[in-house]
Amino acid sequence: MNQALTVNDLTVRYGNGCSYCRDISNPLDKNRCPHCKSVWAVRNISFELYPSEILGIVGESGSGKTTLLRSLYFDIPATSGAAYLSGYSDGLVDIMGVSSQQKRIIRNSLLGMVYQNPTQGLLMDYSSSGNVAQKLIAAGSRNVGSMQDRANELLEHMQIPLGRVKEPPKQFSGGMQQRVQISKAIANNPPVLLLDEVTTGLDLSVQAKVLDLIRSVQKKLNIAIIIVSHDLAVIRMLSDRTIVMLDGGIVEHGLTDQIMEDPQHWFTQTLVHSLI
Amino acid sequence: MLRVENLSKTFHMHVGEEKSIPCLDSVSLSIEPGSMLAVIGPSGAGKSSLLKCIYGTYLPSSGHIYYNAKNGDVYDLANASLQDMRAFRASEIGYVSQFFHAIPRIAALDILSEPLINRGASASAARARAGDLMGMVGLPESLWGMYPSTFSGGEKQRLNIIYGIITKPRLLLLDEPTASLDPVSKASVLELIKELKSEGSAILGVFHDYASMQLVADYSYHIVTKKLEAVA
Amino acid sequence: MDESYNFAFLDEGSKREIRRAIIKAISLPGYQVPFGSRELPIGRGWGTGGLQVTLSIIGPEDTLKVIDQGSDDSVNAISIKKFISLTTGVGITEDSEEATLIQSRHRIPEIPLTDSQVLVLQVPTPEPLRGVERSLGAARQLHADKEYSSAWLMLYEQIMRYGRITLGADYPVLVDGRYVMAPSPIPRYDTLKLHNAECLYLFGAGREKMIYAVPPYTSVEPLDFEDYEFDIEDMGDRTCRLCGATGVYFDEMFDPQTGERHYQCSDTGFCSKNAQRGHTHEPGINSK
Repeated sequence: MNQALTVNDLTVRYGNGCSYCRDISNPLDKNRCPHCKSVWAVRNISFELYPSEILGIVGESGSGKTTLLRSLYFDIPATSGAAYLSGYSDGLVDIMGVSSQQKRIIRNSLLGMVYQNPTQGLLMDYSSSGNVAQKLIAAGSRNVGSMQDRANELLEHMQIPLGRVKEPPKQFSGGMQQRVQISKAIANNPPVLLLDEVTTGLDLSVQAKVLDLIRSVQKKLNIAIIIVSHDLAVIRMLSDRTIVMLDGGIVEHGLTDQIMEDPQHWFTQTLVHSLI
Repeated sequence: MLRVENLSKTFHMHVGEEKSIPCLDSVSLSIEPGSMLAVIGPSGAGKSSLLKCIYGTYLPSSGHIYYNAKNGDVYDLANASLQDMRAFRASEIGYVSQFFHAIPRIAALDILSEPLINRGASASAARARAGDLMGMVGLPESLWGMYPSTFSGGEKQRLNIIYGIITKPRLLLLDEPTASLDPVSKASVLELIKELKSEGSAILGVFHDYASMQLVADYSYHIVTKKLEAVA
Repeated sequence: MDESYNFAFLDEGSKREIRRAIIKAISLPGYQVPFGSRELPIGRGWGTGGLQVTLSIIGPEDTLKVIDQGSDDSVNAISIKKFISLTTGVGITEDSEEATLIQSRHRIPEIPLTDSQVLVLQVPTPEPLRGVERSLGAARQLHADKEYSSAWLMLYEQIMRYGRITLGADYPVLVDGRYVMAPSPIPRYDTLKLHNAECLYLFGAGREKMIYAVPPYTSVEPLDFEDYEFDIEDMGDRTCRLCGATGVYFDEMFDPQTGERHYQCSDTGFCSKNAQRGHTHEPGINSK
């Protein structure tokens, strides 16, 4: 399989659904079924991610973009659908259906995830070096010296001063915490990196630094990245292709410059014209 | 190398009221390798839009854009897959726009050498080549390490052009390449365009500057009258 | 024996449930089996887990020894011994070689136990991952997934801060290559005694309501790193001032008046036996 990641008809539903809403051609009230009130946070999403590309997913709150990412990382169980990673059995096995032990292995070595809130991705009371080392330990490393070296290398690349790697992230600023999170996420050189609103809430100058580092990581490691954001400027700066999500579904999908300059769907047009 | 057949584009706006804004109407033209076609016509007639439709920034409403790719196959760019478009943009089709969309906070030399490095060149060779080209268009070495956001309009435009041609694309789309340039820079840029043409690239350019256009173009196509003429 | 209570205080139904938990624990070495922890006339945190295990498996033919930090004489050891004696009438001993069943808090006796002996350890906190994962439910999922990076992380963090592993007791171990277990706050010195032992080790946590076990001849490996290996406390050339033993685990006494330090065997049963024999006795395997 030459795609890094393929997602087929992925659905995350809260509630049992009913004959009306289970028919995907029937429209919902936003993402909620008017009959049974089930919420279809992610409704039959399919897309592909190619190696070394950056795919942006843009949408407003409630669009399902974060839920989509979380379900790919197994934080939230998917209701139905499948996903295939080229790094796992060469894309022949649906990762949504494997055992929880296998999912751990996938999370440790094949996927990296950076959360909007650093407390979800980091152990705030352990040293930054330890946070990165945990990922290395999970992949099987048992040598403190080499783990420290590797952690230092990653943290340094993220511009964390070496004198501070023994400090716990709770003592760091928001931008620095995100940079530690990124170091941790890429520690095992995963082929796919998931970024969930990683710069939202940060000061603009800090945001810029984090985005630049993401770009340099992508170039250096040739990693495939999915970046989720509600901020079009971030998407425009980083991603080659963009998916626009609304109420759990994909409404438009194309090259980023086309989405920005020639949006077809009314929602995309609204988004693009909302740029200040 | 490129054959456009009855290309039309209408914008359908859904914001506010429903509106349809026509942009291009049945454009047909073709370009051979090693030649340059200039698109001329009044402002707002859709010249830039034509380039954008070919490059994929705009989605054509109807018509075809047949492109002879490096691998020998013919693709209809109006219907090509996103992955194919990405691949073409990465190695075969270049685009120089009127506006400078550079990634901020990277030095000019690094921005320009990046496309070569992506194609496998060593960093030093890429930077050397970028430096040569910058020198050719009159960008002094003092600017090479600076962020382009600090450059003047003419300096940015020259960066744009170098970025578009440094990888010697087979098909180059130029949108007003000499607009903000002084005569000396203009001449250097035209030289670079001629050089690219002589190496076999096909070039489609939009020019307001009639004089410059006449120095490099082999044919002109008027976007409104649809008249194709050889350039003397 | 006090006839107004059932043999060994607990009703037979309770004993049966606890024995079932024990059997499950033995079948899954190192795995924490939840059980319905009964009320006892001893407060939680004073050994009720170990006590329930002992009461469930003790029979009239058993000989019981109870120690606390190695001592047969401490108040808690005496209280527990009295309670069990009153409700069972079994023989009591201070000699670890004579006992068939030993209940202990925080120490394993010096003389290696045999395959006709059971050691019951009192456990305050059975969850080895509690330092990193506060939610017990999430911790159980980590055990199920064999996701133990956080256990090694705790040790890594000590190395980062202090240059070495500083954990002195309750050192996490990998049992039978599958579950990471908290062996109760026995000193590092005792941790190696769990590996490939002849006897059965049972662990009871009454407040936390978990029972686990290490059956005989099971591999028990302390967690460590390639470049920072597990090691035990160095007893140097200390000798016991009472019996003269060397190479055992010592309690340290400090006399504030004279400023002198003395060492005494922590395992008092072993100490008095050794003193009776009148010679220093190397008790057994204490190195890797």
